[in-house]
Amino acid sequence: MNSDTSTGGEAPVIDTHGLRRVFGKTVAVDGLDLTVKRGEVFGLVGPDGAGKTTVLRLLAAIMKPSAGSAIVAGHDTVQDAEAIKERIGYMAQIFSLYRDLSVQENINFFADVYGVTGEARQQRIERLLTFARLTGFRERRAGRLSGGMQKKLGLACTLIHEPDILYLDEPTTGVDPVSRREFWDILTSLHTQGVTIVVTTPYMDEAERCSRVGLMYRGRLIECDTPERIRGRIPGQVLEFLPGDRHRARTILHHVPGVSEVQSFGELLHVFVEDLASGEAAIYKALGEAGISISAMRPIEPRMEEAFISLIRRQEETGK
Amino acid sequence: MIDTPAGSAYTGLRSVCIRRFLTGERARMIPRTLAIIRKEFLHIIRDRNTLILIFLIPMIQMVLLGYAARTDIDNIAMAVLDGDHSAASRRLIQAFDATGYFDMQRYVSSEQAMTDALDRGLVRAALVIPVGYEAAVLSSTPVEVGLVVDGSDPTVANTVLAAGLQTGQAQSRAQVAATIRRGGIEVRPSIWYNPGLESVNYMIPALMGMVLQFLATLVTSLSIVRERELGTMEQIIVTPIRPIELVLGKTIPYILFSFIDLLEVLLIGTFWFGVPIKGSLLLLLGLSAMFLVGSLGIGIMISTAAHTQQEAMLLGMLTLVPSIFLSGFLFPLEAMPWLLRIISYVVPLRYMLVIVRGIVIKGVGLGPIALEVAILGVFCILILMVSALRFRKSLE
Ligand SMILES: Nc1ncnc2c1ncn2[C@@H]1O[C@H](COP(=O)(O)OP(=O)(O)O)[C@@H](O)[C@H]1O
Ligand SMILES: [Mg+2]
Repeated sequence: MNSDTSTGGEAPVIDTHGLRRVFGKTVAVDGLDLTVKRGEVFGLVGPDGAGKTTVLRLLAAIMKPSAGSAIVAGHDTVQDAEAIKERIGYMAQIFSLYRDLSVQENINFFADVYGVTGEARQQRIERLLTFARLTGFRERRAGRLSGGMQKKLGLACTLIHEPDILYLDEPTTGVDPVSRREFWDILTSLHTQGVTIVVTTPYMDEAERCSRVGLMYRGRLIECDTPERIRGRIPGQVLEFLPGDRHRARTILHHVPGVSEVQSFGELLHVFVEDLASGEAAIYKALGEAGISISAMRPIEPRMEEAFISLIRRQEETGK
Repeated sequence: MIDTPAGSAYTGLRSVCIRRFLTGERARMIPRTLAIIRKEFLHIIRDRNTLILIFLIPMIQMVLLGYAARTDIDNIAMAVLDGDHSAASRRLIQAFDATGYFDMQRYVSSEQAMTDALDRGLVRAALVIPVGYEAAVLSSTPVEVGLVVDGSDPTVANTVLAAGLQTGQAQSRAQVAATIRRGGIEVRPSIWYNPGLESVNYMIPALMGMVLQFLATLVTSLSIVRERELGTMEQIIVTPIRPIELVLGKTIPYILFSFIDLLEVLLIGTFWFGVPIKGSLLLLLGLSAMFLVGSLGIGIMISTAAHTQQEAMLLGMLTLVPSIFLSGFLFPLEAMPWLLRIISYVVPLRYMLVIVRGIVIKGVGLGPIALEVAILGVFCILILMVSALRFRKSLE
C-alpha cells in the first residue's frame, strides 16, 4: 500500500498557506505554512495555548480560517469541507463520544453515520474493538470507561470508515504510561498501513516517535523537522548534575564563560556547554567558589525536551 | 410471516425502485438521519431529567395552571346590613345566597361595622336593606336596596355587580308579576358553545397549545446545546452528516415524545377538568403536529444562539412571554392597544389558540379556522427553513 518510496514527487496530503485564525484579540494560529506528505506521522508539539487544537480543527474543516488557505487531500477546507470529511478521522482533545451510550452503541452509531454497511461492518467493528482491546467491555457505558479506554474507544470510532488521514488531538494526555505505550503501538501499526497521521502532544518523548515534528509557540510554527535534525540544532553538549542549591547555582552558571544555557529538570540542572571537559571544569570551579556542592555529574544525550526548551527560550529572547 | 413468491417478488421490485430513487448522497441521508434518531431515543430514555421534563412537567403545568387560571368566582364573602328584619328581607337574603356567588355569612348591625368588615377585607361586598323594606314591597312602592362593592379587584367586583343586579332584578320581577301583569321588553340571553360560561372550558384548550410549545421548544434546544457543551457536537460535525439530517434527526424523536405529551394533556383536560373535545380529535392531533414542528424549529433557532443550557433555558422562557401575553391566552386581544395587537400577529400561538379553542369548544371543522391554519402552516415552514439555514455545521 505504501511501498511507493518516490513520494517526493507526489502532491502533499496537507498543504497550508498563511493559515491564520483569530478569536477576538487572541491570535490562535498565525501564518501557518505546513506541508505533510502521505504516510507521515507528523507531531505537533507545544505548550498549552500554543494553537495546536486550532490547527487540527482548521485542517479537519470544522472551523473556518480568518485568513490563508489549507488544502487537505486535494480539497480546500472552506470550499470543499464535506469532501474532506469523508477522508479524515478526527479525535478531539476532550472525550467527545456519548457517555450514556455503551461502547457497542457508540461504535454502531459512527458506523451508521459513515455508511459502513453490509459484511464489512461487523468485521470492521470486531477488528477495531479487538485492536482497541475493548472486546470485553461492549456493554459498558462509555462514561464508565477509564481514561485510557475512552481514548481507545475514541480512536476506534474515528477509524470506523478507514480514513487515510488521521488527526489526533493529545490522544495520550491523562492516560497511564502503559496505555500510552499501547496507544503509540496502535499508531505505529496504522502508520505501516499507510495512514497519514497528524498528532498533537505535550510529551516530548512522544515527539521522538514521529517522522517529523513541528514546534508551535504562540500560534507560530517556530521549528519543523525530523527529530534527529531538531536534536542536532542544539549547540555544543549537555551536562547533567545535582547541585546543592539549585537556584543560586543557576544564577551563577549563567555568567560562566563557555556555558550557553541552563535548564532545570526537577532537582537536576542541565547545562549546555561548548566542550565537555572544559565545561565540567568551569562548573566545578564556579560552584566550588560559591560553596555549592555537586553530585551525579554526567554528560547526557540532548533530547527533544532540551532542544525545545532551548528553541522556545531563543524565540522569547528575539521576541522581546 | 408468510414468504410467498409473489411477496418476495414485490419486495424485490420495491427495493429496486427505492435503490433507483435513492442514489448517491440521497441514499445515505436516510440511514444517517435514522442513526441520529436512534441515538437520540437512547439519550432520552436514559436521562431522568429529560424524562421528567417530558412527562411530569406538562402534568404539573396543566393541573397548576388549570386551577390558577380559573376566572370563575363564587362564594364571595358578603356582609348583610338588614335594617328591616322582616320575612321579605329574609327572602331577599336567601335569594342572594341561593345564587351560589355569595356567601352571606356576616350579619352586621351598623354601617360602621360594615365599613370595618370591608376595610379589613373580611367581605368583598355588602347588602344593605333599609328599614321599611317589607312595607314598601307589600304596598308596591319602589324601594332601594344598597349593594356596596369592593372595587379593588375588578374581576371580583364585576362578578358581584352582575350577579347582584341580576338577583335584584329577578326578585323585583317576581314581585311585580305577583301583583300585576303587564307587557314590556325583556332580553332573553342564549349562550352558545359554553353555556355555563365556565372559564375552564376556555383556558384548558389554550393550555394545551401553550404546554406543547413550551416543551417542544425547550427540549430540542436543550438537546442540541447539551451536545455542544459536552463537546460531542465536534465529533458529529467532523462526519459527513448534513445539517438537514442533524436537524431532522434531532427533531423527529421529540415530535414523537411531544405527541405523547399532547395525549397526556388531552387526557388531563378531558378527564380531570372535564372539558370535552367537541370537534374532531383527528383534526386536533393533525394541526397540533404542525404546530409542534414549528415549535421545534424555534427550539433549533434558540440552540444556534445559545452557548450553554442555561442560556437556552433563558431564551426559551423569553419566547414564552410574548406567547402568554400576546396570544389571547390570558387577556383578550381585542382589549389591547394597537401596537401590541400588531405584534400579536406574529405570535404563532395566537393562531394555534383560535384553532384549539375552535375545535375543542365550538366543535368546528377545518372551514371556519382555515385562515388560521394557513397562517400557522406558513409560519411553521418559515421557522423550520430559517432554523435549518441558521444551523451551521462548523465551530465558531
Ligand atoms: N473557541 C475559542 N474561542 C476563543 N478563544 C479560543 C478558542 N479556541 C482557542 N482559543 C484560544 O486560542 C489559543 C490557542 O488555543 P488552542 O488551539 O486550544 O491551543 P492548544 O491546543 O495548543 O492548547 C488560546 O489562547 C485559546 O485561549
Ligand atoms: Mg489543545
